[in-house]
Amino acid sequence: MLSVSNLHAAVEDKEILKGLSLEVPAGEVHAIMGPNGAGKSTLSYVLTGRQGYEVTAGSATLDGEDLLALEPNERAAKGVFLSFQYPLEIPGVPALTFIRTALNAQRKARGEAEITAPEFLKLARAKAAELKIDFDMLKRALNVGFSGGEKKRMEIFQMAMLSPRFLILDETDSGLDVDALRIVSDGVNALRSPERGMLVITHYQRLLDYIRPDRVHVLAGGRIVESGGPELALELERAGYEKYARAA
Amino acid sequence: MSVAAAIKAGDAAALPGKRDEDWRWTDLRGLIRQVPAPSGALDIAALPAGPFDALADEVLIVANGEGAAHIGVEPGEAKTVALRIVSRGDGAHAARVSVDVEVSGRLTILESYEGEGGYLAQTGLMISLAKDAVVERIVLAADDAEGVTVSQAEVDLAPGASFAQTTLTGGARRQRLETRVKHPGGHADLRLDGVYLLADKRHADLTTSVTHSAVDGTTQQLTKGVVRDQARAVFQGKIIVAEGADHTDARMGHHALILSDRAEVDAKPELEIYADDVSCAHGNTVGALDEDALFYARQRGIPEDEARALLTEAFIGEVVDRIDHEPAREIVRGWVAERLRG
Repeated sequence: MLSVSNLHAAVEDKEILKGLSLEVPAGEVHAIMGPNGAGKSTLSYVLTGRQGYEVTAGSATLDGEDLLALEPNERAAKGVFLSFQYPLEIPGVPALTFIRTALNAQRKARGEAEITAPEFLKLARAKAAELKIDFDMLKRALNVGFSGGEKKRMEIFQMAMLSPRFLILDETDSGLDVDALRIVSDGVNALRSPERGMLVITHYQRLLDYIRPDRVHVLAGGRIVESGGPELALELERAGYEKYARAA
Repeated sequence: MSVAAAIKAGDAAALPGKRDEDWRWTDLRGLIRQVPAPSGALDIAALPAGPFDALADEVLIVANGEGAAHIGVEPGEAKTVALRIVSRGDGAHAARVSVDVEVSGRLTILESYEGEGGYLAQTGLMISLAKDAVVERIVLAADDAEGVTVSQAEVDLAPGASFAQTTLTGGARRQRLETRVKHPGGHADLRLDGVYLLADKRHADLTTSVTHSAVDGTTQQLTKGVVRDQARAVFQGKIIVAEGADHTDARMGHHALILSDRAEVDAKPELEIYADDVSCAHGNTVGALDEDALFYARQRGIPEDEARALLTEAFIGEVVDRIDHEPAREIVRGWVAERLRG
């Protein structure tokens, strides 16, 4: 599934990722944990193609296909979805309009037929109910005036609607209370399947009580410095990131 | 001398230009060395349909300065009139249109400027609303890239009247769309909105002036625009609140997106307040499309061009949504989408 090898990336000529390697096979959920400034968000932006994040060496492929050569929207059409740490507000565009435009653009890029309006609404109602999202909220401009928790829930709703193959969750737990965290985690867990891979980026272990990872990696100083099973997250929670400080 | 008088006299030196404070960004005198010969008469029957014909009870056509020039609404009457200002060819012409809406009359004016050629055209409108009259005026200015147009409306409100206007333009070689409102307060309401969508070397100038002369009046003003290529937009909005016009509530917003380095927006919002107890505010922003929002849309799978169009349409949509007349609103929305995606 996702294969990242010796990835180096810079932002404004400052090297942030310094030889990061990572394999996430289909069907697995991997967590990336690390101190602030380790390059966690940079990794998510490099994988999704944000402007200003320059790859200077290494590779990133999804099922053997070079992601780095593709435009951000092409990567999305291949199934890469990023749940943003800080979801953007899109004034004037109702959430449903935005998501339908995205879904049809992805389908078109894959040579599939557009979804019809009734099919789309039926799907949206079902997914909104699962995520306990008030349907009227979906008629409002996307994320405008939404609380932090609502924005995160809207990310998961978009994820459920777009049904991506590879999910990247960037600090999805930030800004969520326990109830919202449970709803969001249920939504993510519902998407776990043998064909999907997930990368869960988080500073705290808390989220991983709800979304159980198969593997945990520690990102420090722009590289993966340690990998292990779920128990590694608990150890980090107890001991902190201090011992990795010299790597940074 | 007015623009109309200069055209009629064939006197290019009498046209307003950059030395006139109010016209410094829309210089006609520097552009027009010689006033063209008067435009010839047009065969109205040969014209294609106007953009709003299907929505109107009456269609009035003013062609190259000639034609029906009065709209009257009786007390309590309600109607929708399409007013088509048509210019063809390279000549010069000026026209006058008067609109009188009597007590409690209701009128929707669907006004279109339809130009082809390198003409010099002026249209003067006198719009008068009696007590409790309600008027919505929607102006769709589709001038030629070679045309020079000046439209000047004087609006006179009576207490209790409501006047709502949305002016939309794609610009011209040089174009000024001007609205001056005498606001008597007395719970009269005014909405004065605008949209400009300019490309290539087009120019548009939306100039408004509102004078609140007595207590209890409201003015809501929102203008938004998008400029690209080497286009140039001018927004001049002035609200004067005269001494004693207390409890005036006036809000003015002007927001522009500049989508190329060589495009230009000149904005002059002005509030002149001589009364003590008023609520007035204005906001003015000029900037580029939000790159973060653009990346967000692209991460969801929306290609760059479509994402840009979606975000700019939404930006303009805030103004379009304020149009009350629903079928006209949808025509306008289509016109906006075509310009932004075309």
